[in-house]
Amino acid sequence: MAYPKDYRYTREHEWIQVKGNIGLVGITDHAQEALGDIVFVELPKVGAQIAAGKSFGTVESVKAVSELYAPASGKVTEINESLNQSPENINKEANTAWMIKLELSDPKQADALMSADDYEKFIAEEK
Amino acid sequence: MSSTAESQTLRKTALNALHRKLGAKMVDFGGWDMPVEYPSSGGLVKEHMTVRTGVGMFDVSHMGDILIRGPQALDAVQWISMNDASKLQEGQAHYSALLYPEGTFVDDVIVHKMSPNDYLLVINAGTREKDHSWVRKNVIRFHCHADDVGDYYTQIAIQGPKAEATLQKLTNVDLSQIKNYWFKHGTVCNLPNTMIARTGYTAEDGFEIYVPSDVPTSERVWNEVTEAGKEFGIAPCGLGARNTLRLEGKMALYGHEISDTINVWEADLGRYCKMEKSGFVGKEGLEKAKAAGVPRILVGLEAIDRGIPRDGYKVFNQHDHEIGYVTSGSPAPFLKKNIALAYVPPAHSELGHEVFVEIRGQKVKCKVVPTPFYKRPKKT
Repeated sequence: MAYPKDYRYTREHEWIQVKGNIGLVGITDHAQEALGDIVFVELPKVGAQIAAGKSFGTVESVKAVSELYAPASGKVTEINESLNQSPENINKEANTAWMIKLELSDPKQADALMSADDYEKFIAEEK
Repeated sequence: MSSTAESQTLRKTALNALHRKLGAKMVDFGGWDMPVEYPSSGGLVKEHMTVRTGVGMFDVSHMGDILIRGPQALDAVQWISMNDASKLQEGQAHYSALLYPEGTFVDDVIVHKMSPNDYLLVINAGTREKDHSWVRKNVIRFHCHADDVGDYYTQIAIQGPKAEATLQKLTNVDLSQIKNYWFKHGTVCNLPNTMIARTGYTAEDGFEIYVPSDVPTSERVWNEVTEAGKEFGIAPCGLGARNTLRLEGKMALYGHEISDTINVWEADLGRYCKMEKSGFVGKEGLEKAKAAGVPRILVGLEAIDRGIPRDGYKVFNQHDHEIGYVTSGSPAPFLKKNIALAYVPPAHSELGHEVFVEIRGQKVKCKVVPTPFYKRPKKT
């Protein structure tokens, strides 16, 4: 699966898509593949303030728990409720199965993260 | 390469290259480089369901094997293991355990009676060296040899309701004549005198075969089993599914439900421990432990609230007092529930009793449920 060019990527394998001052956050295809069957996501409440680089929730596969790290700071304006019922959608469509929508404190903050090309190089080296 | 790097290298089974070719995700399991799941099979959940509904195959060559052989082999086995091996007939196996004098576990084992002078103990991968040296030390006063023969065999488990139909294509032995926990020798994949045991670690019907551990033979057998099971949708399965399958069946895992600090009574394995037979290592310790009272007991839990109890999580009572811990916990793919095994005081072990498992700071309500969580349907 290709990594969308208009997303930015963290070293902890989250992606963020920024439009204006709104950011959508999910985990990468590489992350879902490493986790295996995803069975549970724990997300923050709407209205919560989250800080870049800090944990904002967890994602669980059958065999492991992983922390989710915020790619940027901001206020949670929406969470993807459908993932409570169908967490396996993250396995199927990691690029579109967003987890939280953020009102970004600083829309420029995500520019410092990796581009799609850099991220692909990063995971190739990690292997 | 330095010698230190060499000694840290993970051990590999004869099927290692084949697993990698199949694209398996590999993990370090007790010092062995083993497949945890095969994306080509659809991953852990699919593998688990395949074993419950069709047939799956596992490389379990990392398991250890100790052969106890000699005129006093039976006496030796009786002394070092808690079940009563004198009840075994030739071609029969049973679940047992090796114990420390306190009645805690060196390891759990399957004892196979090969002949009156020959007993094969199948032991865990992570405890192979420890078990072997413990066995050698404890059989020293008997006329017998205890040999580590683990490296001689590639052990393949074929498990699931279609296991018999799959394996039957590859052997001249009438598999319908092998009862659960019995074994026979016969030709498998043109290999004469191959051991076929109706055993496994999945709580499903199935077989384990022991073939020579050279790479070409091991790969040939693996491929022939794959081919034979194709019409039943056979899939290679990794240690991930092996763990969830055994958990649904409440089968103990060393280092989790049993260890050198947990005794037989606590682990609820008393039915495999024959106190009435003459002396064995651990008997006196267990008598004392019983007289002193059992402070904790293994129970099955099912999460009522949202949350997945996992290994090591703490268990609390309704007054927020810590009362125990989870030994194994996971989503159960077949049962579609979040289940766990946990040690709690007997006062909290009643069926239906509510306890709380702490998951990342939150107390998640669980209840004590009957075990095994899963029992395979009786054959019709």
